[in-house]
Amino acid sequence: MSNRREIAFWVAQRATAVVLALCVVVHLATMVYAVRGGLSAAEILGRTRGSIAWGAFYSVFVIAAAVHGAIGLRGIAAEWLGWRGDGAELATTVAGLVLTIAGLRAVAAVVGT
Amino acid sequence: MTTDWPPASAGATTLRVAVWRGDESGRFQGFDVPRQPSQTVLDVVTHIQRHLDPTLSYRFACRVGMCGSCAMMVNGVPRWTCRTHVDKVALEASLELAPLANMPVVKDLVADMDGFFDKWARARGQFAATATRADDFAVVDPASPERREADAGIECIGCGVCYAACDIVAWNRDYLGPAALNRAWTLVNDKRDGARTARLEAVAGDAGCHACHTMMSCTEHCPKSLSPTRAISGLKRATWRLALEVEEP
Repeated sequence: MSNRREIAFWVAQRATAVVLALCVVVHLATMVYAVRGGLSAAEILGRTRGSIAWGAFYSVFVIAAAVHGAIGLRGIAAEWLGWRGDGAELATTVAGLVLTIAGLRAVAAVVGT
Repeated sequence: MTTDWPPASAGATTLRVAVWRGDESGRFQGFDVPRQPSQTVLDVVTHIQRHLDPTLSYRFACRVGMCGSCAMMVNGVPRWTCRTHVDKVALEASLELAPLANMPVVKDLVADMDGFFDKWARARGQFAATATRADDFAVVDPASPERREADAGIECIGCGVCYAACDIVAWNRDYLGPAALNRAWTLVNDKRDGARTARLEAVAGDAGCHACHTMMSCTEHCPKSLSPTRAISGLKRATWRLALEVEEP
């Protein structure tokens, strides 16, 4: 089957979109709950630090966002800038890696002890 | 729009029509056309050609929404002009008529549809027979999901409205476009057809169904109320299933 790569990108974008939809709902619901409960930043960090569950949740969130964003940037580069091929692939892969690293650093800051 | 007269008021007895003249580097020319009851946009173009300027070029054949040859841009929107009433589209009693977007201009209102139909061939829009005249008729259950999917897209008249409405076609010149992909989907669901795998390979990828962002302009503008978007979504799923089934070469 030719075009296997494009099909894989499409599946990855669809799958990460599903993950992101769930993650965003949980994230927003948690934020609203925490703010309405009047929790301070220190109190929130007190609950997240050392939590494997929150660490796993936000790691999945970050990776899904990085994959989804990188594939989306690849499409934007091709359609809006006419930038296709190895250069565009490399640039959007780097963008995805930067998002992953930056995101996981933030997760580490929230759940690290 | 480069016409130089002011817009007419609503309810006027005369319609002010700006018509594209020349090729890609042409310009709009203004005409005043008498309003008639139940007047279609094609009636307006025909009036101009027969009474005001016989050099105006445009295409039509059936005049009843079957042949798909009279489509053009009407006030910036792709439409079949034979079934489009002036009352519905001529706000301010004025019209702007141009050849279909996303296609080269031949002359005036005539767009070059070669590329559009070449893409039907690239999407393997030809039926590949698996039986001969010596064989009995194939039995196709009208209630089967495949037949229903084919039915949903089979009434395409090839007018090019969806192709002119599609932003992806404008951004990616290799993109097969909604009509060709819709045709491919009807054949993918035809149990008599023998080129399913080759067709799915032909429509996969950056120039095929995977380029579609599901913006649904094709479905919004299709004069036959078809949904090429649905067909393209079906092709995405079918190509994925095929990719899982077929081993890496």
